[in-house]
Amino acid sequence: MLLQETKLGLYCPAGDFYVDPYRGAPYAVVTHGHADHARWGSKQVLTSASGKDLVQARVGDKTAVQGIPFGETVMRKGVKISLHPAGHILGSAQVRIEHKGEVVVVSGDYKTLPDATCESFEPVKCHTFITESTFGLPIYRWRPDEELFADINAWWRECQDEGKTTVLFAYSLGKAQRLLAGLDRETGPILVHGAVVQFLEAYRNQGIDLPFTQYANKENAQAHKGKAMVVAPPSAMGTTWMKKFQPASLAFASGWMTVRGGRRRQGLDRGFVVSDHADWDGLLSAIDATGAEHIGVTHGHGEVLVRWLREQGKDAWKLGAERPEAPREDPGVEE
Amino acid sequence: MKDFTRLFFDIDATTKTTRKVDCLVRYFETAAPEDAAWALFFLTGQKLPRAVNTRLLREAIVEASGYPLWLVEECYDNVGDLAETVALLHPPGPTGSTRSLHDMVQEELLPLKAQDDEEKIAALQRIWKTLSTNERFVWNKCITGGFRVGVSQGLVAKALAKLTGLPPATIAHRLMGTWQPTPGDYLALIDPSAETVDPGQPYPFYLASPLEKEPADLGDRSDWMAEWKWDGIRAQVIKREDEVLIWSRGEELITDRFPELLPELQNLPNGIVLDGEILGWKDEAPLSFLELQRRIGRKNVGPKTLKDVPVIFMAYDLMEHHGFDVREHPQSERRARLEEILGTGTEHLRLSPLVEEPTWEALATVREKSRSRGVEGLMLKHKDAPYQAGRVRGTWWKWKIEPYTVDAVLTYAQKGHGRRAGIFSDYTFGVWDKGELVTFAKAYSGLTDAEMKEVDAFIKKNTIDRFGPVRQVKPELVFELACENIQKSSRHKSGIAVRFPRITRQRPDKTPEDANHLDDIKRLIR
Repeated sequence: MLLQETKLGLYCPAGDFYVDPYRGAPYAVVTHGHADHARWGSKQVLTSASGKDLVQARVGDKTAVQGIPFGETVMRKGVKISLHPAGHILGSAQVRIEHKGEVVVVSGDYKTLPDATCESFEPVKCHTFITESTFGLPIYRWRPDEELFADINAWWRECQDEGKTTVLFAYSLGKAQRLLAGLDRETGPILVHGAVVQFLEAYRNQGIDLPFTQYANKENAQAHKGKAMVVAPPSAMGTTWMKKFQPASLAFASGWMTVRGGRRRQGLDRGFVVSDHADWDGLLSAIDATGAEHIGVTHGHGEVLVRWLREQGKDAWKLGAERPEAPREDPGVEE
Repeated sequence: MKDFTRLFFDIDATTKTTRKVDCLVRYFETAAPEDAAWALFFLTGQKLPRAVNTRLLREAIVEASGYPLWLVEECYDNVGDLAETVALLHPPGPTGSTRSLHDMVQEELLPLKAQDDEEKIAALQRIWKTLSTNERFVWNKCITGGFRVGVSQGLVAKALAKLTGLPPATIAHRLMGTWQPTPGDYLALIDPSAETVDPGQPYPFYLASPLEKEPADLGDRSDWMAEWKWDGIRAQVIKREDEVLIWSRGEELITDRFPELLPELQNLPNGIVLDGEILGWKDEAPLSFLELQRRIGRKNVGPKTLKDVPVIFMAYDLMEHHGFDVREHPQSERRARLEEILGTGTEHLRLSPLVEEPTWEALATVREKSRSRGVEGLMLKHKDAPYQAGRVRGTWWKWKIEPYTVDAVLTYAQKGHGRRAGIFSDYTFGVWDKGELVTFAKAYSGLTDAEMKEVDAFIKKNTIDRFGPVRQVKPELVFELACENIQKSSRHKSGIAVRFPRITRQRPDKTPEDANHLDDIKRLIR
């Protein structure tokens, strides 16, 4: 096996490296800068050139982070490693690993829909594809960005008509920048929470076109009351930080907003369905495009996707569980 | 369909009642009467006989989506609502239907009932294709009869009152009757000049609020009337034009279920409406609600049930007298008239006695004995209180006795529905009996969202076994449950049945071994 599951996560014994290890490792290939993938404390990290700053901020100063352009190959102990766009957030990569003619691709997190703030997903041919399945149920189906942003911008204008400040909660890295890029710049001033601000520079440095934003402090909140759009992380919900925007209308932007119960539990005014992960059709088309014979599934509704793929005649298994034997070609051989 | 769907999702998106009322007003302002009539019908929780069962719904979506049944079920487990699951699984359709609600109900929904299964499935699939995802959801809710949206009857009445300039109580009263979802009845409901009331129409019930402060804070004891808080079926007795009707609080006519009450109610003069409680009654004392429950579901009451659970009507208020609405008269006056009508009462028609203890302290003392009297505590009613519509705070308080509490261990869990969809929120609890945990109660409420999330995470990590949607959980978490009544029951494995169990708090300080034993609980049975 080119890749093994270990306590630290996926490990390539031939190349002696980990992919997105759960803790610091001697050598790690990191798919992207989200905290659950880029852990602190590795000695050396390989990641994409455009995602390097974001990853460096997570793993700490003491780690040597090497950023390589998409498509470029790095050799490590005879194993070829290259990175390919995953379309999840800026610089997010799929990892292609090749050794003695065998090719494995680890998807990391990905989405197949286009996103103005990051490189578009590119399918990579391989024998084995390790895919995420955060939204691995057919109830999840994303809408095109034009429709989504038309809705968000219309809601912003409605809030203004009611004299309310508009507050949109979204994950501070990736989702927030994607939403900022889609906001209608003519509608009004845009304020951002500190957690969002910290990543804006990395995006702008990569030439991503983001609107002019101001820090959401008390003065700005007061000055733009009833006019502004505020983009903040979900962790700001219900905190005293929110008080300065009253009266405000609140919304959460997340794939989980698909389900009514999820929306109602948040107790907010609106829920926008938008995700940086692939939806069900996205997962299936991505898997198909790799041409892979073996599909390992991580995250979320893994069992469901595995069962579906097996019913379609593919060899699929869930990571974190024992990989079952591939079915025999001819059942008559069994004694 | 478009406007009604929008109304549904607008209401659904907000928890603020003023905003809900605004949404309703905006809808009814522009809706055609024939659409408004149906909208009102669904919003007030009325149901058509179910035309399509969930099995057909599943079959239809399996075919329409191309997904196997197991996958539909997996999705349903995560969504927690079949109508919504179906709406989401169906391939996306147009952005909105051009057909009206009335047209959809008359031309599509009502004919469904008479069709056979195959025709029903074909009809469902044909209609789904013409609807947006949200419309599909609302439509599925209409056909399965499970229409629940966060508006109360009172809120709808408020909106229509705002629209028409009529008092909300008048609209609420008109809404309680037997109106049909027709344009004519809708226009009559909102007609500002009409005064006639259907002779069978009940008044909206006045609902007391729990007393959260000390009774002494209510002011002078002499300004208040105290009564026992009975634990029965709240009911309204109407005697008009020589006919007796009994309405439940759920606005169901339950006249026929309590035949032993009817002769004495028939003797009441015409033009009288009473508020009170139907109680199981034996040897001059109330039976527990759990026993009374045996009478609730039954339309045909056999001689054995009549003998085992005899009932009385315990009257405590008067809404109509000599054919006039007396709800605006002060409580003390309505009481005086009620006493005049009922005198000392008869075998099946009783007058709820006043509890005369002259001070709050003395009242508190008799309240402590509530359980042995078979009541839930005391009711405090201001002597000047009008009879109001719905839950209005200030003049009617229920001062209940503290519930029983039991420490029990979480043993099984299931994902919830609606607001709790996709989260393990429905729990089963066990207590010890001969070294084993026996199921003692199920409880669905009492935890905050944050607490529920924590328990949800625990359940996911500590599942020992799965039975369909039910998870068996490692017996580790201890909760304090409260319940109103505990009673012997042959139907339950534990041998006891509890009334209104709910979680009061988690007991992280306790280990499963510290939970109660069945014998502790059996000792509480009165």
